[in-house]
Amino acid sequence: MNGLTRGSAAIIGAAESDIGAVAALMSPIDLMAQGIARALDDAGLELKDVDGIFCATTQARTSAMSLVEYLGLPDAYTDSTIVGGSSFEIHVAHAQAALAAGVCSVAVIAYGSTQRTVGRRGASPREYNPYETPFKPFLPATAYAMAANRHMHEFGTTREQLAEVAVAARDWALLNPAAWEKKPLTIADVINARPISDPLTVRDCCLVTDGGGAIVMVSADRAKAMGRKAVYVLGCGQSITHASISSMPDLTHTGAIQSGAQAYRMAGMKPADIDVLALYDAFTINTILFLEDLGFCPKGEGGRFVANGHIGPKGGLAVNTNGGGLSYCHPGMYGLFLLIEAVRQLRGERGAGQVKKAGTAIVHGNGGVLSAQGTIILGNASTL
Amino acid sequence: MPKSPLTTWLAHLERGELAYQFSPSANKAVFYPRVIAPGTGKADLEWRVSQGLGTVYATTVVHPQQGAAYNVALIDVDEGFRLMSRVEDVAPASVAIGLRVRFHTHKAEGDEPPCPVFTPVEGTGTL
Repeated sequence: MNGLTRGSAAIIGAAESDIGAVAALMSPIDLMAQGIARALDDAGLELKDVDGIFCATTQARTSAMSLVEYLGLPDAYTDSTIVGGSSFEIHVAHAQAALAAGVCSVAVIAYGSTQRTVGRRGASPREYNPYETPFKPFLPATAYAMAANRHMHEFGTTREQLAEVAVAARDWALLNPAAWEKKPLTIADVINARPISDPLTVRDCCLVTDGGGAIVMVSADRAKAMGRKAVYVLGCGQSITHASISSMPDLTHTGAIQSGAQAYRMAGMKPADIDVLALYDAFTINTILFLEDLGFCPKGEGGRFVANGHIGPKGGLAVNTNGGGLSYCHPGMYGLFLLIEAVRQLRGERGAGQVKKAGTAIVHGNGGVLSAQGTIILGNASTL
Repeated sequence: MPKSPLTTWLAHLERGELAYQFSPSANKAVFYPRVIAPGTGKADLEWRVSQGLGTVYATTVVHPQQGAAYNVALIDVDEGFRLMSRVEDVAPASVAIGLRVRFHTHKAEGDEPPCPVFTPVEGTGTL
């Protein structure tokens, strides 16, 4: 029970800021503001309508304060919860609660990062952990590599099956003009790429780009009155099982099991009811774990499930249709882009990458090192 | 003023001991060391010293841009807790899940504090 009501809030606007490699000396807050302006335009609203600010970035310790100053909205309700890449899925649940409580009426959720420009160390320096740092894990990759190591050991998942995830993401990216990667990728390319932390190579790892964006949320009643294409929040779930990989209870079973179950329960839905999947693919093993933990295949079958292009554009299940964090865009905290893609799919705006029957979507954010899991189920008006 | 959990743990490590805590209220080993037990919130954490034997739970070889590749592993210690470490004295890629390993202290070097490392237990093979 999370106290939220199925379909009580809607996403009414969504947009990326500039992404990929942005103009010199753009700040993370510049990118948030640019995303907000575009998302408000998409929603048919203006900045003066906004009274709720939800945001996160690793490059500003007090990002809500900075953003409120930038926008000139001193009375806005604020929430800058930060739990890594899934922060924005958590923000959706928080915004839904805030809208239901009446503490705000137009909420924007924003993200900005100049990670490519300033470098990964500059954008998100690692905190010293006396129980891990002495061993020089290359985080976050080493943590995900150990999860992949366990998955291969327990379930016979193969190196090729991990590569299938990257190839499927690339095939989707080739259908998305906004994607960073423009060239085809093969399984051999992935396996033979520069090793990072075994078994993962650089092609198993997300991109390092700049980028940002925003979504706009209002109550369902207001969305219906606005007469625009709205995407409704049907289910929300959250589970934070650990912060450091050495404290993860079981490396092959993530908190997505719990967050997904909460979201399905709230939505009154099951995996077979979902048309479009947006799963946080910071590393190839993520997609396999989340397909299992969100119920799209049995535990341990994820590797075999993704084989033979099953999650690619010609496959049986539409997963990460923008190209994902692996091939489209990944500025450090990718969760907002999952929401933007799901909204576009449910509004039928994805052009060559459009899924034919797209009425429902599951958006699954992951933060830290498989640490903070946030699941959102979205649907168009026909699902209410 | 009581010592911090980390100070106590490092003092054990400098004596060649791998310390951990046990919580009677939670009825389980607790690691990393804390001031209250997770779940129960009780300040009943007792310091204990491990026998120093464990099993590799997960392993990887890190390939830095410069310098030699090295092992990073998660070790399940027999007393029921897990920690990050590395397995030494063998090729990094030969470390495998299930390998039985024995603890020793890697001594402090310059600004680097001591840390717990492991080597394979001779003749036992993997579980």
